[in-house]
Amino acid sequence: MLDKNGIAKRIAQELENGWYVNLGIGIPTLIANHVPPGINVTFQSENGILGMGPFPYDGEEDADLINAGKQTITALPGSSIFDSATSFAMIRGQHIQLTVLGAMEISQSGDIANWKIPGKMVKGMGGAMDLVASAENIIVAMTHTNKHGKSKLLKKCTLPLTGVSCVKRVVTNLALIDITKDGFKLIERAPGVSVEQIKESTEGNLIVQGEIPEMDI
Amino acid sequence: MLAFFHLQYSKMDKRVSSSEAALKGVQDSMTIMLGGFGLCGIPENCIAALVKLGVTNLTCISNNAGVDDFGLGLLLQHRQIKKMISSYVGENDEFERQMLSGELEVDLIPQGSLAARCYAGGAGIPAFYTPAGYGTEVASMKEVRYFNGKPHLLEEALTADFAIVKAWKGDWHGNLVYKGTARNFNPPMAMAGKITIAEVEELVAPGELDPNYIHTPGIFVQRIFQGEKYEKRIEQRTVRSKS
Repeated sequence: MLDKNGIAKRIAQELENGWYVNLGIGIPTLIANHVPPGINVTFQSENGILGMGPFPYDGEEDADLINAGKQTITALPGSSIFDSATSFAMIRGQHIQLTVLGAMEISQSGDIANWKIPGKMVKGMGGAMDLVASAENIIVAMTHTNKHGKSKLLKKCTLPLTGVSCVKRVVTNLALIDITKDGFKLIERAPGVSVEQIKESTEGNLIVQGEIPEMDI
Repeated sequence: MLAFFHLQYSKMDKRVSSSEAALKGVQDSMTIMLGGFGLCGIPENCIAALVKLGVTNLTCISNNAGVDDFGLGLLLQHRQIKKMISSYVGENDEFERQMLSGELEVDLIPQGSLAARCYAGGAGIPAFYTPAGYGTEVASMKEVRYFNGKPHLLEEALTADFAIVKAWKGDWHGNLVYKGTARNFNPPMAMAGKITIAEVEELVAPGELDPNYIHTPGIFVQRIFQGEKYEKRIEQRTVRSKS
């Protein structure tokens, strides 16, 4: 089974040289720590920076330099800063090669719900709806089940949607799964996890074809 | 000819003496846009002056709603806001309380649509189509149209009686330069106010800012002043150690 860093590390293996990448809050943020050697990517934060660097050293934090999670950050040499309208032009205009975000639920047709629990959580969607509606390549990073043990990979989402038919791939603590027209297609198992375990934790239709390899991480 | 230019030049002095003077004409029930993302790049001095002025029933357009004791949270504390138009309003208990009790009307809209609607409002584009929110509750009552086989929602432009922005440096003409990610929503909102107020950390004479590096041209700004005091609070202080 993978921990949060393991999920981030597996997704980091998908990165390709020269990509511009938007990372959501939570597990996706950890991906920046696992970029494979020799791969150069540029991280975008939708509040308005390309070339986001690591957190600043203690005492060097700048109130005028934050990411979309409102955390203090640094700007790498060669970075650029712009306003929010321009930032979402990059997103809507499909200039970003990969978007990784967390989710509360996804469906086997690629729908995603991650912004609202009616009557409980009403924080807003932030940039998530713009990101999922426009990105060509969306990977979801999340745990396979919620804290009550219920599957987050469903036939149909029960929570209010963030976007429809947009998720292409999901990496969880148990598996790497692609979303195909027939449902969730199991591609890889997390280390030490059996196909049976993944089946049990997946409420939606899980397609298992042939031998399923274990992740190499 | 020279006299003509001189006359035009002198009319371009948009300086006002204080945050209080900048807010002249702000009344109950107006719509006000406020720049900033989280607490980064918010017009701190004008928010404090709005609290002092005591205007109520405001509709505020701002990406976030501040925290309980800073930013727009201060206007919420004093029950001055009737409606918020935002994309993300976490980190604020008082906001959540007023929203759940029905005291506060809230219109949550996708962040990119919010930015584009402000830009459109300032740019004379009454509406535009965007894919964001299709198939979600954001789409209710909105016209859907397909372009290149993909569904889009019709989103209308936003404007405001007053737009209040915060910049790093500005000159008497209203030309503005922002610093870091404090730029965020300030440029598109500066364009969309019937009256746009800019508060800056440093107000300089015309000619001191390099015209090649102006982010908001002065034409969008009607009033400008140097903020009395900047706290520039950090919402999430994240650091690494030097080891």
